Amino acid sequence: MNLFKLSWKYLTFRPLSTGLNVLLLAMGLAIITVLLLMQDQFEKKMTQDAAGIDLVVGAKGSPLQLILSGVYHIDFPTGNISMEEAKKLTRNRLVKSVIPLALGDNYQGFRIVGTNHDYLNLYKAEFAEGKAWEEPFEVVLGSEIAKKSGLKVGETFEGSHGISVGSHDHEDHPYRIVGILSPLGSVVDRLILTSIESVWYTHDEAESEEVVIESDSLATELPVAAAEEPEIHQDKFHSPVAKTGFPETELPREVTTLLLQYRNPIAAVQLPRQINSGTSMQAASPSFEMSRLFELLGVGVSLLQGLAFVLIAISGLGIFIALYNSLKERKYDLAILRAIGASRIQLLFLIFLEGIMLTFLGAVLGILLGHTFLWVVISQNDQGVVSTLQAWIFLKEELWVLGYALGVGLLASIIPAWSAYQTSIAKQLTKA
Amino acid sequence: MLLESKKVQYTHPGQKTLAFPDIRLNHGESILVLGKSGSGKTTLLNLLAGLLSPETGTISLAGTKLSELKGQKQDLFRGKEIGIVFQKPHLLSALTVRENLELTHFFSKKEGQNLDKLLAELGLTAKAKSSVLTLSEGEAQRVSIARALANEPKLILADEPTSSLDDENAANVIELLKSQAAKIGAALVIVTHDQRVKSQIPNYIEVESL
Repeated sequence: MNLFKLSWKYLTFRPLSTGLNVLLLAMGLAIITVLLLMQDQFEKKMTQDAAGIDLVVGAKGSPLQLILSGVYHIDFPTGNISMEEAKKLTRNRLVKSVIPLALGDNYQGFRIVGTNHDYLNLYKAEFAEGKAWEEPFEVVLGSEIAKKSGLKVGETFEGSHGISVGSHDHEDHPYRIVGILSPLGSVVDRLILTSIESVWYTHDEAESEEVVIESDSLATELPVAAAEEPEIHQDKFHSPVAKTGFPETELPREVTTLLLQYRNPIAAVQLPRQINSGTSMQAASPSFEMSRLFELLGVGVSLLQGLAFVLIAISGLGIFIALYNSLKERKYDLAILRAIGASRIQLLFLIFLEGIMLTFLGAVLGILLGHTFLWVVISQNDQGVVSTLQAWIFLKEELWVLGYALGVGLLASIIPAWSAYQTSIAKQLTKA
Repeated sequence: MLLESKKVQYTHPGQKTLAFPDIRLNHGESILVLGKSGSGKTTLLNLLAGLLSPETGTISLAGTKLSELKGQKQDLFRGKEIGIVFQKPHLLSALTVRENLELTHFFSKKEGQNLDKLLAELGLTAKAKSSVLTLSEGEAQRVSIARALANEPKLILADEPTSSLDDENAANVIELLKSQAAKIGAALVIVTHDQRVKSQIPNYIEVESL
């Protein structure tokens, strides 16, 4: 028998009251844990995905939407821009490099992104299997898609029009998988990468052969190309695609987004203004737009934090009341303990231990609950950004959660512990 | 002398001063403290236990003056050398019978008696692992006696141990206290207003308020 065991016996002697207090505290701490985890991972992911991208250029519209669709692939694109105009940008002396993207199709909700090999280099992509695309309709799968769809190198699939599930399929031109990427922990894991030409040709076919009634009005339309001769078709489907820069074409083509790197710091000042006022395109900076987004989300986060703190405060109060009330019933017990040799300090410890054990349980349960909650949310969302979060990463900040909880326990037990310290045994025992 | 009290006086706030007769006891001896309710019997018991400090006079147990010990030392001395049987059992209801006894060993930092043997002697072996809430009144009283004996104290103090018991049980409890005190060589002081006890312990003092 020791003080630990004795405290534990007292706690388990009142399972309902103990349980309620532990649960209340755990709920509050679970919210804080989830917020910590989401904030940490979102911010990391957002910075990581935008690394190496100084500026995003696309059609005019919401700059935030442009960033979300062009860098993170979560929102709908703002529209398309003419490739002619886009190409002019590459000749600007402030621009170091440009990676063009053509969006517009999906496979079971995963976006098909037409781009060049520079995009693979930007995210330092490595192949788990196969190689990069060389010809139109050859695609490379992100690791997560490969895992979820079970598709293998050499297999084919048909893309659907639009960037969300449910639109019509492009049946004439199945994509052939030539490579699968290793997991990168970035947005690329959720993308199907191919050449810009693939995206163009898919839509040429679709729109020259049938009249499409778009159900998804927001989906990006790639332009109807002039009807071409069948022989040219066969030719161009087997000619190698552009591996860097813009594809060669005689037709007026469009792309969706440009990912741009500055040559020097002056570009950050001049280039966005030049593009926004001097062209029909729009430029947006990922870091600026994301900090704006976090500012907007901040209100919601503060609200949740507030709720968590209220829950924790209530549980602290609950623990205080539970200890204080049980102390009244326990005055005899305490007096007896003193009579059999316990010192005042030991009784003080006994009560503190009880409060601290209670909050320790609450903290451990709360942290586990937080992770479990995140895990449930993640397993419910298998395609969004949320799905890329990891539930079972433990952060250093969670130790603060633990410390914070123990602080609450300590605070809640001060008065009861002091009153235990003050108990006069002679009076207690002879009152009977 | 094992237990010796000399000219002990104590005043409860706002009441008359109580002056107690001297007590001198050797190993294995017992004494009754008789007196009417409110005469200060329990105050004497608290003084002997070191739960209260006398205003004048001294109490010494095995050569140690109780009033000279302070704070933690006094608590520890009480835990080691004094076993107290209260009027009501006052067992810790969160614990089992055996755990209630284990506590005395923990807090007094003394090895004390073999608990299983002690429980067997008091006929409590079958109840060792039961919650104290399941005990009958007589059993609870025996557990509280066992608790007082667990550390093999030099002094056993009992406060009205028979007040709520029938004749037969009362006689048993006194017999048990006497035999156990004799076995471990402890002095036994029983505070009571119960005249039945006098037939078992002839040696007594009377406390009267002045």
